Amino acid sequence: MSSGYHIVVCAGIVPDPLQTLEPVETPSGPGLKNEMMLPAVLDPWASHALYEAADLAAKCPGSKVWLLSLGPKAKLQQVMMTIAQKVSFELVALDASAGGFTDAHAVAEALAGAIQKINGLDRSRMLLFGGWESASRGAGVTLQLTGERLGIADQFQGVDQLTVQHDGSLEILERIEGGRHQVSSCSGAPALFGWATGNLPEPRNSPQIGMVNMRTFMPALQKAEQAKLASASLHYRDVRPPQQQRQTRIVKDVAPKEIAKEIVRWMGAEPEVTR
Amino acid sequence: MTKTILCLAHVDEGGRALPKAAYEVLGVAIELAGKLGAALIVGLIGDEIQTAADLIADCGATRILGVFGPEFTSPRFATDAAGLEALCRAAEAELVLAPATSRFQRALPAVGGRLSGRVDTHISSLAVVGEVVCATRWFYRQRIEGQIRREERPWILLLDAGCHESWRGAPAKAILEQVTVSLAENSLRTKVSGVRMPKTDAQTIRPEAELLFVAGAGWTKKQADGKPHPEEAEKLILEFLAASKASLGGSKSLVDQSGENQAVLGFMTHLNQVGQTGATPRHPKGLSTCCHGEEPHVVGWRFVNERRAINLDPNCGWARGKADVLYVADAFEVIKEVNALLAAAAEKKLATATD
Repeated sequence: MSSGYHIVVCAGIVPDPLQTLEPVETPSGPGLKNEMMLPAVLDPWASHALYEAADLAAKCPGSKVWLLSLGPKAKLQQVMMTIAQKVSFELVALDASAGGFTDAHAVAEALAGAIQKINGLDRSRMLLFGGWESASRGAGVTLQLTGERLGIADQFQGVDQLTVQHDGSLEILERIEGGRHQVSSCSGAPALFGWATGNLPEPRNSPQIGMVNMRTFMPALQKAEQAKLASASLHYRDVRPPQQQRQTRIVKDVAPKEIAKEIVRWMGAEPEVTR
Repeated sequence: MTKTILCLAHVDEGGRALPKAAYEVLGVAIELAGKLGAALIVGLIGDEIQTAADLIADCGATRILGVFGPEFTSPRFATDAAGLEALCRAAEAELVLAPATSRFQRALPAVGGRLSGRVDTHISSLAVVGEVVCATRWFYRQRIEGQIRREERPWILLLDAGCHESWRGAPAKAILEQVTVSLAENSLRTKVSGVRMPKTDAQTIRPEAELLFVAGAGWTKKQADGKPHPEEAEKLILEFLAASKASLGGSKSLVDQSGENQAVLGFMTHLNQVGQTGATPRHPKGLSTCCHGEEPHVVGWRFVNERRAINLDPNCGWARGKADVLYVADAFEVIKEVNALLAAAAEKKLATATD
């Protein structure tokens, strides 16, 4: 009997968070100025999902990790050069021009279709991983819709911890309001996990892992199917960055005690302290 | 054309009342129904919902639908999705509004898929342009704002908290229509065993707090004497939080340091992180200390109305043009003085109370 998990990590690519983003109108709807020129990174929360997947696979013999990524081929290649050195996985690439303004429903359809076509994937022991939200759309919708299309009945969002218990069940910590975690247990795969940050640091680059991964990456990129993500029914208007600029009052060369008094007064505790 | 609006809500953890965000969404739904001349239906989910239904009985809803029972006590994807799907089908509404709570955020997107509708989340406002409903939301983690509209129905919209006035009304006796749900066999595979607090010395995340205190990596850097003082920083911040009842946010660099087991602020976790890859809380006031950085970090307090910053760099991108007031000073010294003043104020208050 087979053991271990088949973990599919859905991870998009996003512009490097340090870049300035300026929306522009394109023939296919809103986009980012110089989008193809902006340096890209693997989506931060999805990256955590990938690291957690690799960690879980290492702990559970017989497990395998696939990284399913949708984006322009050239961008995927650029990002994979870095990610390939972090953890071992098999890449499944979908070629599409995807950004924050792409419809999540179309992306979910493409992802679900690609997962169904993965060779050797045993969906009865599949754990579908991804970020609970992306740094582009930030909707927290794509993964749920993908899971729904695949018929996954156990879904968890804002996951910070996943532990395999002695009896094979899974204990999950999900973020809820007030900085707390909801604790659940699930009898096992298949299940879906939208990861928050998890608990693992970013793995160090390993040239050995990179070499192994790169053998499969280029063929995967070459045979990447083109995904059509058009959504005729989603219409945008008035897409713009916030223009708010505050007139900042600079307070310099003032004693800490005086600053403290002003802050306390501003906080609303002044009657007792300023007399 | 929108004939019916369904406003969804779940009972809070106490099991009787509704969360504050539900009243805000109800306020939006009533306003929208008025503008569109649409009927308003409310859908509730939870273990026991009659008490909650009574609280909003006077909101003008034409029907109050309910899915209830022990299976719906705890937030769980399978049962919540089934219950919410049943409510949506029973209401046959074109628009479905719901608060973006963790419970609904987990289950409602899949419901949109089941109904062959569409779902959008983190909506900050709704408007009617002509007769068309448009929703405003943020893209790229609060860095670009856009207005969208969709043609498919039902259109499920999850609204962020703190964006609208809450509905207020007196309780009355509600007539609740039960909607029955047939749960699939595998719906109860997940069991919710409870809620766990983060591993911190004190509760530092307070969503209802008046003030957000943002600590930056500067707290752990070398100070004037050439040495870092993380213990002193920890003490000052915890004292401040205890006295002010503020909520604590942290910059990514500071939170990451904690994860890497450096000798930094022990109580800071990723849950405290605000900014591009963290939370964007909505507190009325924000005080940032020792924070540095540009746009990606500033999004952490985009929704904070009144902002002040303490920083040694008068040209810091975090504060200039983003804060109302920038105090160019040593945060260690200022917060020490603030703590002393707050302690004095508390003592005086106590003395007055005992007199």
